[in-house]
Amino acid sequence: MPDDFLIRAGLAGIGLMLAAGPLGAFVVWRRMAYMGDATAHAAILGVALALAASLPVLVGTMIVALTMALAVNGLSGRGRAADTALGVLAHSALALGLVAVSFLPSVRADLSSYLFGDVLTVRWGELIWIWVGSGAVMALILWRWDALLTATVNEELAMASGLDPRREKLVLTLALALVVAVALKIVGALLIAAMLIIPAATARAFARSPEAMALLSVLIGVAAVIAGLWASLHFDTPAGPSIVVAAAGLFAVSLLPGRHRG
Amino acid sequence: MTLIEARGLCVRHGAATVLKGVNFAIRPGEIVTVVGPNGSGKSTLIRALIGLEPAAEGEVIRRVGLGIGYVPQRLHIDAALPMTVGRFLSLPHRVPMDEAEAALVRTGVPGLRDRPMAGLSGGQLQRVLLARALLARPEILILDEPTQGLDQPGIAAFYHLIEEVRAETGVAVLMVSHDLHVVMSASDRVICLNGHVCCEGAPHVVSAAPEYRALFGFGTGGALALYRHVHDHGHDHGDDHAHHGHDHAHRHEDEHA
Repeated sequence: MPDDFLIRAGLAGIGLMLAAGPLGAFVVWRRMAYMGDATAHAAILGVALALAASLPVLVGTMIVALTMALAVNGLSGRGRAADTALGVLAHSALALGLVAVSFLPSVRADLSSYLFGDVLTVRWGELIWIWVGSGAVMALILWRWDALLTATVNEELAMASGLDPRREKLVLTLALALVVAVALKIVGALLIAAMLIIPAATARAFARSPEAMALLSVLIGVAAVIAGLWASLHFDTPAGPSIVVAAAGLFAVSLLPGRHRG
Repeated sequence: MTLIEARGLCVRHGAATVLKGVNFAIRPGEIVTVVGPNGSGKSTLIRALIGLEPAAEGEVIRRVGLGIGYVPQRLHIDAALPMTVGRFLSLPHRVPMDEAEAALVRTGVPGLRDRPMAGLSGGQLQRVLLARALLARPEILILDEPTQGLDQPGIAAFYHLIEEVRAETGVAVLMVSHDLHVVMSASDRVICLNGHVCCEGAPHVVSAAPEYRALFGFGTGGALALYRHVHDHGHDHGDDHAHHGHDHAHRHEDEHA
């Protein structure tokens, strides 16, 4: 029987992947990787502001991540210049967050846990919030699935079918902010985007339909969580990065020849 | 009873006026083709009529609840997105498999349902896009340069298919094209656009109009005959189109025999 803390850590990671799997598929399909980064990096600023304002960290992270995601949303899809603008935003948000944190000695001491996660210390109370947040994202994505997919394939087709691609984009933006808030404790601000992109990119090699890819992303992410936690315990390595390394390992396997399907 | 109407439509992209004072209407069952040189605002007009572009001035009136089947100019599906033809046909609303297959048969690409979208040829993709548009049982089909990337026989075959579909379903068709010669005689009405409506009317009227000649020159007469020829050959309507018998017309006969 594994230790209690390990079960909590595993449940936290699995909870995260239920949302990060399908959302990650959209991040990959829509080339929103930079947007994921910018939103995730803004989370550090959210931590600083939440603690300064005596708000729960989850709430602060959520608000700042949502603000950032909306700002980035306005910039994305406007060609090459947007790429630069996103890069500026992503790194400025991180730097600003780090500077803001330096004014708060309590966080300063604990900075690495916000940057790289601290899933082994997750409490039952936090676990509940992780599952609530993740469940909300999953429900949102399932509810809008066909519309999201249509808007992803072609915005004009979606509009001609009576859908509003901007609304679907907003759904994804909201989902992204929620996932960032949820994932902060697990893999940390620097590696949140990895848990969106790597499992989905790995799933691509084995999937023939969008639905299969989203589902496989969840399974691959869960496998990475379990493998990463095991490795973390076994080799005494940090849990968050270990999970991402495990995911990267699975991705490498997916690149082996003969695996690519339509 | 018009399906879509534009009154005094102006569209601006930033400071540039792309369309100015456009009046337009399409009625049920009509085939209307918009022709014009590159940058004349053809695609913008289509997009404005669908509601993808806001009108800076004037208005666009779509009949309430109008079913639009839209075939975009290009469809690029990211390689990261696995998508079979069958799944694509079910966007955004699921359609039964037999209906999807029937639509593919109708557009001349049966048996593609399990194929990945990324592996289709240009001609197959156009027909799949058309099949998807038809599945919504639209009152109007809107096609933005539907034959880009097709060769000459492929273009003629595609327009032929559009005419058949119109004859069967009574759907109105609005197309943008610069395949002038092939498309024009397939149309009930041609609108020549260059930022504004230069001229408008039956194909032979427009092709003789000085405004049209000023934009496109005189070199399209033979090819117009080419299309008529092919059309008569494939479909015996018993009408009396002239057969000019151009050499290149005969080269394409097999396509429709």
